[in-house]
Amino acid sequence: MKYVDEFRDGRKAAGLIARIEHLVARIGRAAGRPIAIMEVCGGHTHSIFRYGIEGMLPAGIELIHGPGCPVCVLPMGRIDDCVAIAEQPQVIFTTFGDAMRVPGSRKNLLQARADGADIRMVYSPMDALALARKHPDRDVVFFGLGFETTMPSTAFTILQAESEGVANFSVFCNHITIVPTIKAILDSPDVQLDGFLGPGHVSMVIGTSPYEFIARHYGKPLVVAGFEPLDILQSIWMVLKQISDSRAEVENQYARVVTTGGNSAALRAITRVYEIRPFFEWRGLGSVDHSGIRIRDCYARFDAERRYAVPGVSIADPSACQCGEVLIGAIKPYQCKLFGTACTPERPLGALMVASEGACAAHYQYGGAGKVSAA
Amino acid sequence: MTSMHRDRRSWGRVEGTTVTLAHGAGGRAMRDLIEGVFLAAFGSPSRQILEDQARADLSEFTAGGDRLAFTTDSFVVDPLFFPGGDIGRLAVCGTINDLAVGGATPLYLSCAFILEEGLDLDVLRRVAASMAVAAVESGVRIVTGDTKVVNRGACDKLFITTSGVGVIPRGVDLGIAKAQPGDVVLVNGFLGDHGAAILEARGEMALQSPIVSDCAPLHDLCRQIIGAAPGVRCLRDATRGGAATVLNEIAEASLVGIQVEERRIPVLEEVRGFCEILGLDPMYLANEGKLIVVASPEAAEPVLATMRAHPLGTRAAEIGRITEQEPGRVIIQSVMGGRRILDMMVGDQLPRIC
Repeated sequence: MKYVDEFRDGRKAAGLIARIEHLVARIGRAAGRPIAIMEVCGGHTHSIFRYGIEGMLPAGIELIHGPGCPVCVLPMGRIDDCVAIAEQPQVIFTTFGDAMRVPGSRKNLLQARADGADIRMVYSPMDALALARKHPDRDVVFFGLGFETTMPSTAFTILQAESEGVANFSVFCNHITIVPTIKAILDSPDVQLDGFLGPGHVSMVIGTSPYEFIARHYGKPLVVAGFEPLDILQSIWMVLKQISDSRAEVENQYARVVTTGGNSAALRAITRVYEIRPFFEWRGLGSVDHSGIRIRDCYARFDAERRYAVPGVSIADPSACQCGEVLIGAIKPYQCKLFGTACTPERPLGALMVASEGACAAHYQYGGAGKVSAA
Repeated sequence: MTSMHRDRRSWGRVEGTTVTLAHGAGGRAMRDLIEGVFLAAFGSPSRQILEDQARADLSEFTAGGDRLAFTTDSFVVDPLFFPGGDIGRLAVCGTINDLAVGGATPLYLSCAFILEEGLDLDVLRRVAASMAVAAVESGVRIVTGDTKVVNRGACDKLFITTSGVGVIPRGVDLGIAKAQPGDVVLVNGFLGDHGAAILEARGEMALQSPIVSDCAPLHDLCRQIIGAAPGVRCLRDATRGGAATVLNEIAEASLVGIQVEERRIPVLEEVRGFCEILGLDPMYLANEGKLIVVASPEAAEPVLATMRAHPLGTRAAEIGRITEQEPGRVIIQSVMGGRRILDMMVGDQLPRIC
């Protein structure tokens, strides 16, 4: 398949692996531990497992699977809010499929649907707006979630609803922004990271400049990476090359999609519709300052949080969950006490077991440890 | 049902254009529906249809083999009609294939319909006609059935349950616990067509690519595979859960490992594109005309040649091998050379968002 197979070429991969091995050997293990590179984005985590990339890398390098799966980091309380909105009789609650299995404190959206709520999976917020036009007698609520990748489409949909005068459409806004969370991880005392693979799709919207502080203030290299396996291998090599050259810069491997300044039309829509929340809760990480966004007052009528009474209660993660430690790379998924036993993709307890991009779910599905005991 | 008085009125003229509760009430309307729709499509082999059960001569079974195969399956597909098939064709082929992969020659089918009040009678006629065509293709007769009508909303338009009986020829002994290290794993063509066709036909994707279901009766292909060489261990149709699920079942039942090479897996270009966009894996998509074959290394070549010579196996391929390592697990070698576990599917395959 054109534009796909070129990025999955086994021979080119072998060439890159050889160059990675060469650099890893040159950098050596000065720190007395493997070189730790965090891929921030869940899309990268999925590709890494899907193509068995970890197993192809030399022993002296370790990939830490970061917090960039927006479905995984949804806190339980927000899911409870979704269920509360969806259970109102006049509401058609629309969501991306991934969010259906995320556990709430009482039930997830799949269970709520089974109990009679009108919950429908959509592929775009525009589909939800189309439902609102089709059912003027019902209230259609879209579950807006994701990083800057999905923010613009929700913003444009709100602007579209406004221009059409659609009154029965609103968004339950759970969009989050990755940069403050990367900063929080870097500030955490337990973290030992040598570099980052930057999120490709987010950067398509925001550009590469918002990451400059990582190189400047924290002295860590970051390479914005594409999602095909060769993209990821090349980006790992680029991070290693910076370490080897004692450089810390923001580089862009995904230049076929990402520009330095990002997508100005998307950024304008985001700024027009949203504002930063003082803080937002992440499952596994807790509250992170300035990491969430909400709908501005001038679009309040499209804000489901204001249109419906939601419990808005913060629910603590199960105490045995070690998601936070996995997220910052302090432990591996299979080192969690619950992995593959109390916490499985069918019955996820922790954030990272929820969606296929979560580190634990990916490890469970593709990596194997713990699988047999849970089966 | 009381005795028939065929001379007093002409049976089988169905009144109206939609199914009503009367069509399932056991009276004249039901009788008209059975004669006017089902018997008109399936034909009535004899006056037997008036009895509460189909009757078959045992000699027909004993002449064909030494074991009876018996299976049942329900069909609730939405939409009822999709590119490459419909619920009726699916209901016949599905049960035929469940018999065929056990090595059985399918002989008779039963069909039970649950109809939603208000269903368009023409829809029912089209489904029955499609079942009749599929039954002829499969060399079976639909000999008994049942009809129930439920209130509007109590089912979604039309559900069908088919049961089938067949006979397994003497000496044929296939099973999922029979795979041995060194055996090869074959498939008769492109994987994932049916699942992708149904998802696309639901119209939720707004994609324009023409994906056609592979829905087909596999009895003749199975017969030829079994006859191609001794050493065919197991056949399995890869329906719900896809090829990945069947491979896991074989690995677990036979206590062997299975190694699959991703680059050898035949997937139609359109289906690959569909899966790339939606984040699906064709190995987990349903098929309705595809089977996994495990055969001894000696049998691999003649079986593959036989499959490729059959119209339902032209794109047959060897996709992997049975191994001693990691019993109970299916390992896939990615196009890149990396390895990962190909596990059973968890829940539904929900599309990824980013």
